[in-house]
Amino acid sequence: MTDTPLFQYTLRLADTALVLGHRLSEWVGHSPVIEEDLAFGNMGLDLIGQARSLYSHAGEIEGKGRDEDALAYLRDAPDYRNILLVEQPNGNFAATMVRQFLYAAFAHPYFEALAHSKDKTLAAIAAKAVKEMAYHLRHSAEWTIRLGDGTDESHRRAQDALDELWPYTAEMFETDQVERALIEAGVAVDPSAVRATWDKTLDHVLSEATLVRPRDGYMQSGGRIGRHSEHLGHILSELQFVQRAYPGASW
Amino acid sequence: MNGAATIATDPALRERAWAAAASVCDPEIPVLSIADLGVLRDVRIENGVVEAVITPTYSGCPAMNMIALEIEVALENAGFARPKVTTVLSPAWTTDWMTEAGKTKLREYGIAPPAAKAGRRALFGEEQVACPHCGSTETARISEFGSTACKALWRCKACAEPFDYFKCI
Ligand SMILES: [Zn+2]
Repeated sequence: MTDTPLFQYTLRLADTALVLGHRLSEWVGHSPVIEEDLAFGNMGLDLIGQARSLYSHAGEIEGKGRDEDALAYLRDAPDYRNILLVEQPNGNFAATMVRQFLYAAFAHPYFEALAHSKDKTLAAIAAKAVKEMAYHLRHSAEWTIRLGDGTDESHRRAQDALDELWPYTAEMFETDQVERALIEAGVAVDPSAVRATWDKTLDHVLSEATLVRPRDGYMQSGGRIGRHSEHLGHILSELQFVQRAYPGASW
Repeated sequence: MNGAATIATDPALRERAWAAAASVCDPEIPVLSIADLGVLRDVRIENGVVEAVITPTYSGCPAMNMIALEIEVALENAGFARPKVTTVLSPAWTTDWMTEAGKTKLREYGIAPPAAKAGRRALFGEEQVACPHCGSTETARISEFGSTACKALWRCKACAEPFDYFKCI
């Protein structure tokens, strides 16, 4: 089996969930209020849980004996396949919330569709994830509205975040050779099919938030084939430190 | 047919294994058993080996390892040697599986049980949740996320007490 399109596809989903989950975990102990500390911890846990199931499945597809830990801890940045959006720095509270909203508005309908995958394990993981992403979407959308339609300062920060993150949104809707055959076989989801839902959610929430949807300009790409920003290496240096320093450590 | 096959079809033995596994409580909400929660999906006996099947509430539920370990201990203590615990993801867990007894226990413990059928609710709609202390529905959500993955933070405007709400999924 080894490096099949299905392995690559599952790895993309897993890496995206893990990196975003790790980003959210960075807020724990630093949030502006304790409720949001708990919220980031909970959302991060959901994403890391999704990643664990996806890594286990990827390891089985690959068939080389790599488990979830080997895939998460023992691959370097160029082998990671997450989208670039999720590795972007947390920035301020508004930036993290807007990033969460942009992703959840995509992930919710995407997993809803993936729950019908011909791959039974992917379908089962997606059926759980869709319930979790519904809460992420609701929470991040409410905060996007609250910040956008809040004070001048919160509005400015939310709009700045939206403008800065916008070039990273197109990658969510890309398809390439790895995915095309899987989409035709009913295993992977065609992301263009959830574009209309994403657009509708964005238009609704951004208008409530009095935020302006940025125009598409130069759009970033490459994370899903291993071309990352410098941020991913820094994330991995922390995420993988213990296993790199003490290989095989357990407790 | 040998003895093991006879044992496999003995309903009383299966009942005893179920009762042992079902006695394990959720480590985060100790008034609820894993059977009340709907986390325990099946207990079966094949060739003399007991297998308990569980499903996580949330993908990242950190209590699952603990629950699996406690099931093994409970089954061993009930006389079942080397039991197996298997985790399944499908069908996805829903609060609809919580028993009525479980909901009553939750309320008495001070946690509002899941209000409605999970189903597909409007994403931006608001649930009506009764205060577990005074019963009033004059309540408001403080935060979508609480001290564990399965709970949200609410407060009661009638008795002014904060409370946990077991989220519908
Ligand atoms: Zn009350």
